[in-house]
Amino acid sequence: MKLTDLSKQPSPWLRESGPLSEVVISSRIRLARNLADYEFKPCLTPERKKEILEIIKNALLALPLEQPLFFIDVEEAAPLERDLLAERYLISLPHARSDGPRGVVVAQSEHFSAMINEEDHLRMQVFAAAQQLEKCFEQINRIDTLLESKVQYAFHPRYGYLTACPTNLGTGIRVSVMLHLPALKMTGQIEKFFNTARDCNLAVRGLFGEGSEAVGDFYQLSNQVTLGVSEMEIVENFSATIVPKIVDYERVARRKLLEETPEAIDDKIQRSLAILRSARLVSSQEALILLSHVRLGIHTGRITDIPLSKINELFLYIQPAHLQMQAGRSLTPDQRDSLRAQIIRTALSVN
Amino acid sequence: MLCQNCKKQTATIHLTEISNGHRIETHLCQDCAQNQGLTIQTQIPLNELLSTLLSAPQEPAGPAQPPQEQKACPRCGMTLQRFSKEMLLGCPDDYEVFEKNLLPLILRTQNGHSEHCGKVPAAAGPDRKKQMRLTNLRRKLNEAVRREQYETAARLRDEIRKLQ
Repeated sequence: MKLTDLSKQPSPWLRESGPLSEVVISSRIRLARNLADYEFKPCLTPERKKEILEIIKNALLALPLEQPLFFIDVEEAAPLERDLLAERYLISLPHARSDGPRGVVVAQSEHFSAMINEEDHLRMQVFAAAQQLEKCFEQINRIDTLLESKVQYAFHPRYGYLTACPTNLGTGIRVSVMLHLPALKMTGQIEKFFNTARDCNLAVRGLFGEGSEAVGDFYQLSNQVTLGVSEMEIVENFSATIVPKIVDYERVARRKLLEETPEAIDDKIQRSLAILRSARLVSSQEALILLSHVRLGIHTGRITDIPLSKINELFLYIQPAHLQMQAGRSLTPDQRDSLRAQIIRTALSVN
Repeated sequence: MLCQNCKKQTATIHLTEISNGHRIETHLCQDCAQNQGLTIQTQIPLNELLSTLLSAPQEPAGPAQPPQEQKACPRCGMTLQRFSKEMLLGCPDDYEVFEKNLLPLILRTQNGHSEHCGKVPAAAGPDRKKQMRLTNLRRKLNEAVRREQYETAARLRDEIRKLQ
């Protein structure tokens, strides 16, 4: 797996489609695990970290999975390569930016990745397009079960899987969905979404997880409680209750916009598309906002000549590390804005 | 969206007030909201929670015992003081070494739960799995009774009997 090649193709799983894709962009499930015989991150020496890296890497690479797995040494990788991995959600930003022996095992299709020596010894995640949380859980649970026969996890009879931070204790599971809620925002009802999240004890974050802002009406919703409820209960609560409820709010708001102010909404969508088709300099923030409107246009049938997959791909290609990998050199912010505009123009050009 | 007040920071607090049939929307950043005396019901940051828990009066300790914050885990050397700064524990043993201090924190961050009832590694043995299943079923039974779903409760009770 060559990282420069990655920058020229979208994450393969993102090309698939699935249920509720007009609102749910992607599903992700992460499990946090630690080895029983090793200290947690704050008390590890570099030598002990290397041992952990070897143990988990070898155990993962020997798993009998359908997909070939690759190991990437994150400590040895160039800063730009680390950022590229983070932009593709294969590693977290802290994993890209921290130091010491650490790595990631990635499946060819990029739907599975396992960070070694992040906050916990092992953080594995499975992705899928749209709302496919059950599928994600089935896959990650299978990998976890295979792995537990090869390594000894830190497990406590009362507290379950032990994690470096008590906020992940128990199941170590983080279930998240990436949502696109432009109509709720435009109709001033985004509070409904925040209230639902708060009532259900869920965390709302931006496009890039912890600490990131919500730009372009994209919100990441994830569970906070990891102890005292089973993995399946958490997954089912999302797939049967929370996600359908929010999708319904957004659908109603979209219908309302189209019925009550069709011209205003058309204007917003077409104006955004026109800017993307002709701008010469586009910042990543502006691009996300405009692409959000175009995405809404595709889902409401206002734009028919652009496939959704093209928009999803653009979200990846317009990010800083992807741009610089494609250019083959480091770029100043101005140069990035120019290349970004060019890539968007080419992708959305009228043939 | 920028804060209406300072027009510099991003608005993260969105208020909708309805008075006399008029709807007033206010969008503020965290700082301005705080200056205007708005208390926001969000998750209390972990470190704040920790420092309050650590400063809570401990049960009277014998004169020979060192203060709680300086007690160190024999395996990894972690202290509560260090944990309250870094937010990460030092090793699996810490959950037992500092159990008394960690439990209130776990209850607060885990919505009142303090017992795992999910997956159990096969290595933990079949007994452990059975026990976990029982804990799970009992919890569901209590929940069903609380919601007055007696048919579900009866089914759960039978399942528990069969397992025991």
